[in-house]
Amino acid sequence: MRDVAIVGIGQTPVREHWDRGLRDLAVEAILAAMDDAHIRRADALFVGNMLSGTLGFQEHLGALIAEYAGLEGIEAVKVEAACGSAAAALRQAVLAVQSGQVDVAIAVGVEKLTELASKCTTNALAMAADADYEAVMGLSFVAINALLMRRYMYEYRVNKEDFAAFTVNAHANAQHNPFAMFRMPITREQYAAAKMIADPINLLDSSPVSDGAAAVVVAAADKAWEFSEAPVRVAACEVGTDTVALDNRENPLWLKGVERSARRAYQKAGISPQEIGVYEVHDAFSIMAALSLEASGLAEPGTAVRLANEGEITPQGRIPIATMGGLKGRGHPVGATGLYQVVECVLQLRGQAPAAVQVPDVQYAMAQNIGGSGATVITTILERLTK
Amino acid sequence: MDIPRNWRLRDQRYRLQGTKCTSCGERHFPPRQVCPRCKGRALEPYVFKGRGTVYSYTVVYQAPEGYEDYVPYVVALVDLEEGVRVTAQLTDISPDEVSIGMPVEMVVRKLYEEGDQGIILYGYKFRPLLTP
Repeated sequence: MRDVAIVGIGQTPVREHWDRGLRDLAVEAILAAMDDAHIRRADALFVGNMLSGTLGFQEHLGALIAEYAGLEGIEAVKVEAACGSAAAALRQAVLAVQSGQVDVAIAVGVEKLTELASKCTTNALAMAADADYEAVMGLSFVAINALLMRRYMYEYRVNKEDFAAFTVNAHANAQHNPFAMFRMPITREQYAAAKMIADPINLLDSSPVSDGAAAVVVAAADKAWEFSEAPVRVAACEVGTDTVALDNRENPLWLKGVERSARRAYQKAGISPQEIGVYEVHDAFSIMAALSLEASGLAEPGTAVRLANEGEITPQGRIPIATMGGLKGRGHPVGATGLYQVVECVLQLRGQAPAAVQVPDVQYAMAQNIGGSGATVITTILERLTK
Repeated sequence: MDIPRNWRLRDQRYRLQGTKCTSCGERHFPPRQVCPRCKGRALEPYVFKGRGTVYSYTVVYQAPEGYEDYVPYVVALVDLEEGVRVTAQLTDISPDEVSIGMPVEMVVRKLYEEGDQGIILYGYKFRPLLTP
């Protein structure tokens, strides 16, 4: 198996793009990534997306997006793993190039969540859970995370107000990211006063419904410098799974899917968790950030909230997370999110992050994309390459 | 919700019927074809007693479509006596009376109505334990 690298990146701003369709967003991100890699063609396209059928009445995205991106005729398929779809698509691109079957592959994640009324979107997002045994009980996706948060607070004696540290950090960082949806800071007071959605989760624990697309170009590492002045090595891109329904897990507070995926990734990359310089975490809800830090081996069980309150998750801290805003601040166009995270890690490794959030001398950056309440997890570790 | 699905799930919705592994004795809800513990495939139906305690809960204020009329309502993870956890609404209790660890028992109640013309779906919920 040959080594692979990311040689081009592209992203659209995360917004409520009422004036732009799914294919427009996907094509914009792909063209930006192709320009960044100085290419006009590719051999394969993998499209990450969760809800184009339900909310946009459009499936068959592989061929459709290839056609409109000027890539008509190449291998192209859609990959779906709920909110983990984009990184799942990246995994396919990486495997394709690693195997030698394909020389240049593009992975794009795209999602339009604002096509229909927000109730439809809420119902559609619940399809990441078990339809017969979770969603039918009136359990929204927010409510599933609320079950986790309530138990976490009970078991580890953590106060609701202390989760504010995740939101405050995410928004403080998003301010500097021109592609982020919420470019304004949030105070602890605003967090405490936010409207309750599914107690104990309030509006400011939750990532926003949004639209966007992000893309990367993947090529063999030994050819990487022919495409890019700053290629980044894919040291690992590993998938782990867990039960879809939360109630089927013995200890719901320990995300086994995260543990499995992260452990495989550290092993593949040949590094320890402590060597990660930037961690783009799947903070769809603040509880998810806490549980992910713990199951990834970056915090002891029950200590992630304290870690956040000690300032260790800021760009200046020991383990910077959500450096460009995370899902909370940048936004969470679900099937695109995993590639936004990867694009942000590449910017950090290239030294091209906005100055205020640039973490100095990053050697390894980790992006972790989660589908559902932890059922599909893709952990990608990227490494800075020097000529 | 489609009618075949709700008809098919009647033994689960109305009486918490799951499976029991004839090799290792593990019980499962929902029913399975493969035992997650020993991977055995010889499974028989098992009806749960429907008694347990609250493992965690949430009070839903912003509901999915079809559930708006019921807010605020409580959804809980319930640990059944037989060692299986299920997701269900709590009923016959106000949200501020719920606590982790409280004993509950299963009842069959209305889950939702599918509009004026549609089906009325019934299924299991849990209420504070009445039966000693």
